[in-house]
Amino acid sequence: MSTVNDSLVIARRNLIRMTRIPEMILFGLIQPVMFVILFTYVFGGSMSIGGSTDPDVYKNFLMAGIFAQTVTFATAGAGAGIADDMHKGLIDRFRSLPMARGAVLTGRTLADLVQTALTLLVLAIVALLIGWRPGYAAPTNFGKVMAGFALLLLLGYAFTWIGALIGLSVRTPEAATSGGLIWLFPVTFISNAFVDSSQMPSWLQPIAEWNPFSATVQACRKLFGDPGLSPSDAWPMTNPIWASLIYSVLIVVIFRTLSVRKYRRADG
Amino acid sequence: MPGAIYAEGLVKTFGDVRALDGVDLDVPEGTVLGLLGPNGAGKTTTVRVLTTLLQPDSGRAVVAGIDVLKHPEQVRRSIGLSGQFAAVDEYLTGRENLQMVGQLYQMKAKAAKVRADELLERFRLADAADRTAKTYSGGMRRRLDLAAALVVSPPVMFMDEPTTGLDPRNRQALWEVIKELVAGGTTLLLTTQYLEEADHLAHDICVVDQGKVIARGTSDQLKAQTGGERVEVVVHEPEMIAGARDVLARYGIAGRGQAEVSVEDHTRMLTVPVSGGAKILAEVIRDLDAVGVEIDDIGLRRPTLDDVFISLTGHAAALTEEENGESTPKDDPGGRGRDRDVAKEAAK
Repeated sequence: MSTVNDSLVIARRNLIRMTRIPEMILFGLIQPVMFVILFTYVFGGSMSIGGSTDPDVYKNFLMAGIFAQTVTFATAGAGAGIADDMHKGLIDRFRSLPMARGAVLTGRTLADLVQTALTLLVLAIVALLIGWRPGYAAPTNFGKVMAGFALLLLLGYAFTWIGALIGLSVRTPEAATSGGLIWLFPVTFISNAFVDSSQMPSWLQPIAEWNPFSATVQACRKLFGDPGLSPSDAWPMTNPIWASLIYSVLIVVIFRTLSVRKYRRADG
Repeated sequence: MPGAIYAEGLVKTFGDVRALDGVDLDVPEGTVLGLLGPNGAGKTTTVRVLTTLLQPDSGRAVVAGIDVLKHPEQVRRSIGLSGQFAAVDEYLTGRENLQMVGQLYQMKAKAAKVRADELLERFRLADAADRTAKTYSGGMRRRLDLAAALVVSPPVMFMDEPTTGLDPRNRQALWEVIKELVAGGTTLLLTTQYLEEADHLAHDICVVDQGKVIARGTSDQLKAQTGGERVEVVVHEPEMIAGARDVLARYGIAGRGQAEVSVEDHTRMLTVPVSGGAKILAEVIRDLDAVGVEIDDIGLRRPTLDDVFISLTGHAAALTEEENGESTPKDDPGGRGRDRDVAKEAAK
């Protein structure tokens, strides 16, 4: 019994499904592009980043935040997909086959990772088109930029496991979609993603600075050479790359364990 | 030595409901056991326990010589499951579905592809192989589901109501496939609400009701247990039912706890178990005539599993007349159920 092999078979199945429902991919692409444009042009003129109100600075500051938010939205897709699977006859087929127990879930999260990568690619192109310039505030190179994207993908992958647990805990795919999205708003907004967190009320600042999501955003800004690095001396802000890695791996380990256990116990 | 499927004292409760209340089964290798019962009798729960999908609260089960509770992952290598709801991915093509299942049975990708093609051919799905299962008809989906269960030619098969909702032609076709399988040595546990299906396919039958096996044996043994023939009468007018009931009650053989005369008001059909063969028929006709009951139809027939079920549980297998009518193949070679159809035609 091979976990890797079975997971890849299931991942392939989910990717085929995605190509058969192309509107899902399309909506998944339109939403973040819309966010980039709205934030850039609606908020861009009135935001102050590191004391600068130049819209160009905000634009370059914003992208890491939007990228990170986009990858976390995969949570909802993974949750809905798994909830849908769990309530169809197909899951009985899977559970009666001599396959690795976690493969149904791992396969789904891997397929979502591929979709996230695709979304991120399109988003990066749009960002470059409207004026995002890696290296705007500090020198960077191709390798560092790629490392930033790798951290983003890891964050997205970690969050799909949270989605998996939600999908296994609710009764309908619709509930998994809303359940997968609602909490993402506070998590992604109480962070350094869209505003300079040092301007938040003092009681909110530590939450934003220790938010796992903020660590990845800060790490990306550092790797991309974007403006607006948080000057905070909280550990995740001073060591964002390590913090991002540790947070993401921890989320995968915890939520994968919980999800696989729940999947095995599900009596369908 | 226990058979290919063996269960002892299976109990499973869901809240207050005792879905399984001590189920014992023993299916010898290469035979078919028909698990017969109404909705909610515990048929599906039994299958789910035996196929490792559900943990029983207590009891023991052995499938293909392997303890189901101790080594579920080994059991899964030796079984095929075809469920009540076609378990196929509707966004995948027929071929992709079978390949995926083959690979999950740990076949190499290439071997899975070859096997998929074989099965598509055998189940008359080759033309639709590259269409998504979403576009398949109900019968095609069932065939695909059954093909998926047969990817590795498992020695033990479970089919949970394989023909529920199929039209008579597709049902016949599926019966043929099942017979072929069994001829090839597969041990099969089949659940069904359709009495004639169990009659047709199963070597042994277990009648389940409310989580218990209430009778077991061959179809003939069960029928013998229920008693001799029945006289079935369809009267001309609803008002004549009462008179006919009085006459028939005189011929009924009491005993074995069965109701003397059963009446189906809307078809104006009365049934009574009798002993004495064809000459009884003449007497019944004479007596009915004497009290002025006009009859549309009368016949003598052997007990069906329907009768077995009613006499065992005190209620019919939970089917509406419509479902029951639909489920009776019109070209039933054994002639089972033909009398009933005639009666229904007469009632129209």
